[in-house]
Order: sequence, then structure tokens, then C-alpha cells
Amino acid sequence: MAQVLPAERDLRRVIGDADGAGDREVERLGEQELLELYRSMVMLRTYDERSVVYHSQGRIGTYAIFWNHEAMQAGAFHALKDEDWIFPSYRESAIGLLRGMPASTVLSWWRGHPAGWWNPEDFRVASICVPIGTHVPHAAGLAWGKKLKGESACAIVFFGDGATSEGAFHEGANFAAVTGAPLVLFCNNNGWAISTPVEAQTRAETLADKAVGYGMPGLRVDGTDVLACYEATREAVARARRGEGPTFIEAVSYRTAPHATADDPRAYIDLDRVEQEKKRECVGRFAGYLRRAGILHDDLASSIAAEAAEAMREGIKAAEAEPPADIELLFAHAYVDPPSSFASDLEELRRTRG
Amino acid sequence: MAELSIVEAINDCFNVELERDPAVMVMGEDVGRAGGVFRATAGLRDRFGADRCFDTPLAEAGILGTAVGLCMAGWRPVCEMQYDAFSYPCLDQLITHVGRYRWRTGGKMQFPLVIRMPYGGGVRAPELHDDSPETYYVHTPGVKVAIPSTPADAKGILAAAIRDPDPVVVFEPKLHYRTLKGEVPEGEYVVPLGQARLAREGEDVTLVAYGSMVPVCEAAADALDGVSVEVLDIRSLKPLDEDALLASAAKTGRVVIVQEAPRVCGFAAELAAILAEKAILDLRGPVLRVTGYDVPYPYWQIEDAYMPSVERVTAAVCRLLEF
Repeated sequence: MAQVLPAERDLRRVIGDADGAGDREVERLGEQELLELYRSMVMLRTYDERSVVYHSQGRIGTYAIFWNHEAMQAGAFHALKDEDWIFPSYRESAIGLLRGMPASTVLSWWRGHPAGWWNPEDFRVASICVPIGTHVPHAAGLAWGKKLKGESACAIVFFGDGATSEGAFHEGANFAAVTGAPLVLFCNNNGWAISTPVEAQTRAETLADKAVGYGMPGLRVDGTDVLACYEATREAVARARRGEGPTFIEAVSYRTAPHATADDPRAYIDLDRVEQEKKRECVGRFAGYLRRAGILHDDLASSIAAEAAEAMREGIKAAEAEPPADIELLFAHAYVDPPSSFASDLEELRRTRG
Repeated sequence: MAELSIVEAINDCFNVELERDPAVMVMGEDVGRAGGVFRATAGLRDRFGADRCFDTPLAEAGILGTAVGLCMAGWRPVCEMQYDAFSYPCLDQLITHVGRYRWRTGGKMQFPLVIRMPYGGGVRAPELHDDSPETYYVHTPGVKVAIPSTPADAKGILAAAIRDPDPVVVFEPKLHYRTLKGEVPEGEYVVPLGQARLAREGEDVTLVAYGSMVPVCEAAADALDGVSVEVLDIRSLKPLDEDALLASAAKTGRVVIVQEAPRVCGFAAELAAILAEKAILDLRGPVLRVTGYDVPYPYWQIEDAYMPSVERVTAAVCRLLEF
């Protein structure tokens, strides 16, 4: 086995400054792919911004905002093949849209409606993991199981900086390493777990340093640089497909939005830093890169934005048109073969509801 | 039919089920090279390969968590928890995911995994090798639970669990792993979940138990001269054979439930509640419980005082007969 070294401290970047200094290219990534990446980012951004509005209008429930995380999600996503599995945390709730999941499905999930349940096999997107980090072993198990069956699919699991303190993260990462599972562990280090800064999560200098303890490589990238996220994930996926096992990617950013719609970060966050970070937010940064390269222009940008806005209008319309859930669903789906008490429970419920 | 111990019957079941279905795999701590600390999985690694009898890292939540992912990849993992109380870290995965994942997919994905573990005391072991944790599991929606008491049931119930489309937890009475022998059908043998076993027919009183308390009840029945005792081995806690419980209560009118686990909110309380709700007019006296105490399972020098004994069971029966 190749020697595993501690991660580099410097964040990998592909996109340079606003004036173009430091811009470089990702090998084998053509104009078409770059625009697809941009489309995905705009779709996610639009989803997120509209969801915050829908929440304020009372049309969806509490919502976990991912504004300025689009680079990580879209960048990592585009490094995958269609057969590869994605294990999202609640921060990546809408990543299924990039696989063709209707916006109404994800909106229904945030509306607490059963139409928000999907079949993971349809999209190779696992259910949204609400508890922190407990899906890391699932992703390790799926990737290991695919490998055992001789299939070529790999998996990626998204989790935050706080999740690296969880036992489930450790057990999942270690299982993946021991079994040589084709897995990418993608850590969205936005600096905050609700109000707890990453410095209070760990004394490790970087989260990527944890990788060496599992005997896997750790990469550190700028989490607001979609091309750096893409490139690092592509390397990790290639490594996984070569049978060399899992890779840990730490994508670093600074959380610019509240943890969720129920959170008010003014009590704990550095508001000046938030303002600075908003100026270099990831969608705008990538748009600047594409414009400098002559790939994106105003008309195209407007039509991409309009497409995404239309998908969201359709999505909320369809989600709101869902008929109310039948109470029978209370008893559905937990078992293939439910306990006999369910029938009498349902009968009693119907009778007492009148 | 072969005369086997419980642990041999489990091993026999694995040999049959792994041969029958290539999607079945066994995973756990020391299950491969060592064949399990109780040798329940002995020989499987040699016969079926290290991938299908996999020595995992020492991580119970990781074992169950990866088993969830293995199900998603089309496997039917059978997870061994080395001891009852070592399983507690896996409760996180059990409660937050195993019992919920199918529901979360709107019934589209199945999670046909099995958790099995030796449970219970009386084996002169250090702390946390002696617990009876079935209530934690049976309380979790989306999960089935069974506890055999005989070698034949140990084989048949494990086979049913492996073939079941839902997650099933099987507790095995480690006290009787090697000491209790019995006839076990050869080849494929399945005891469907949800069916109690009438271990002994009687007229005057019903002793209800499962797992390692069934032999205690049978010994108590032997010790009770002149009393016709029925012994009902529940063996499947969820799904529960309520009909068998109610039929026996209707027949004898007296029920004592014997459970090794601590008393408060134990499974005996559930059985007693069902009898109170559905059998009140059949009963000629209160439903009594003989259980472990609400204390940490004790040091082994005094563990016999904790375990429900034949004497405690017979005393309860006499009390009920005199009611």
C-alpha cells in the first residue's frame, strides 16, 4: 500500500482572484462540462434561495440553508458517474435535483409530506440523514457491498465539520478503509456546527489530517471553488475505481447563512467575516471565471437563471398540489409484514376521528 | 434428526442458509478466524470465504451501520454482537436507521438484516456479559425480535430471521448454548416468527416465558406437585402470538410471567398489559411477574440471587393459586 501522508495545509484552488490572477484549467474539462457545472450550481442556488422565501411564507417547514455550499455539492456531483451513490446530510437535501429528482419531491420533504419520500434506487441518492454523521457507515457499507459484488459503482458521503466528532464518522471511515470500500468522504467544513466553531470540535490542525489515522489520503480544497471540489473528487473517485479504497476530502468555507431557518447566528458569528465571504460567494466566483474564459455571457446566464426559476415555480406548485396524506400512511411502510395490531389500531383511529 | 446443542444448531443453520442464498453474509467481531467467541460461526470462513464470514473492526455501531449500506447493495447481512451488553453502541443505528429506513423510502427498499447475540446471565462472567436487553430492541418500531429456547428453535428461528424481509433481532440464551441439547431437523428448517410454542400443557396455571427462562419454568412445573402447569414459550416477541397467550390465559385463568431482564417496562409488563386489556374476565387472579430486579446485573458471586429461580416461580404460582 502506498504511504499515506498528512494532508497539505494549503487549500487547493483552480479559480483565481476576481481579476483572473491564479486562474487555471482542469484537465479534460471542456466548455460543455463547465456550463453543466454552472447550471447545477444555479439550480441549487435557486432552490436554496426560493426555499428560504417559501419558509418565510409558511409554505415549507424549518429548512437547512446551504447558500454558498453549491460549489461543494455541484463540484463533487459532477465527478461522479450515474451509477455512483450519494449519501446526503440535510445540508445536501436538494442534491437529488442534479440526478433528475423533481424539486417538488425535496420541497415535499421539507413540507413534512410523504410525497417527499423517494426510492433511493431511482436516483442512487440515499435518504436525507438528519442525525449527524450516522450515514457514514451506510455509505461505507454500500460501497463495500458493491465492491464485493464486483460492481464498479462507488459512493460519496457528505457531512459537516461537526460530524467528524461523532463516533459514527469514525466507525464508518475506519470500516471503509479496512474493507477498501470505493468511497469518498466529503467533509463540508464551513467552520460552524450551529454555534460551535470548528476550533471547539477538534485540536487537529486540519480535519483532513484525520485521514492519515485511517490510512487514507486527505485532500484540502477551497470549498467555494467548484473546480477545486470537482478536481479533488474526480481524483478520489478514480482512486476508488482503481481499487485503492476511500479518500477524505475537506472542503473549507465559512458559513455565510444561518444553520437553518430557525437559527439566528448574530449571537455567535463574525458578521464582518460573513460580509467578506458573501462578496466571494461560490456561484458568482465561478460565473466570473467562466466570463473571463469567454464561456458565459449575459444572455446565457439569464436563460440558465430563468430555467432554474421555472423549475422551482413548477416544484412548489406540484408540492402544494399534493393531496393531504391519508392517515393510513401512519401504519404503512415500516414493515413489509406489519404486526397484526396495526389493523385494529387503524380501525380505532378512523372511528375516533369521526 | 441430529441431537445438537443450541450453538451447534445455530452453526448448522448458518451452513444451510449461506449455502442456500449467496446474498447472505455473516459479519461481526471474531466471527471469521476464530469462528465466534462461542464458535457459533466456526468453519464458515473456510467454507464460504472471508468475504461472507467477515471479521469486522471492533465497532458495533459500525457493524450495524455498514449492514444498512450492505442491504442497499443487495446483501442480507447477519450481524453478530459478541455479547448482549456490547450491543448497546449499535442501538444508535438500530433506532435512528434500521427501524426507519424502509419507512423512509416509502416501502421501496428492504433491509433484510439480522442482528444476533448471546444474552443473559448465570455464566460467571465479568460485568456487561450478562444482560437481557430485549426490551430496548422490541420497543423500536420497524424491528422484529425473537428469542428461542431450544436447539431446534435456535435453528428454525434464525433461518426465519435470515429469510425475513424486515430487520430481525435474535437473542440466544448463552447459559444453555452448550448444556441444552435436543433434536434438530436436518437441512432447511424454518420456524415462522409470530408463533408461540406450547412447551407443556396444563390446566391450573400458565407460566409464560422465553429464552433462558423457559427451562426455569419447566423445572418449576416439575417441582409443583399436584398442580397442572402449562408452559408457554413466547419465542417471538414481535410479532407476538397474542392468540396463544390469550388462549392459555382463558384455559387456566392464572398467569405468571417470568423474565430475566429488570422489571420496570420489561416485556413481561407488555404481556401483562395485554392480559389486562383482553383477558380480564378469564382471569381468576392477578397476573404476576417474576423478573430480575431493577439493578445493574450483579457481580457473579451473587448473580444467582438476581436470576429468577425455580423457588421464586413456584412461590408465585402458590400465591396465585391461593388468591
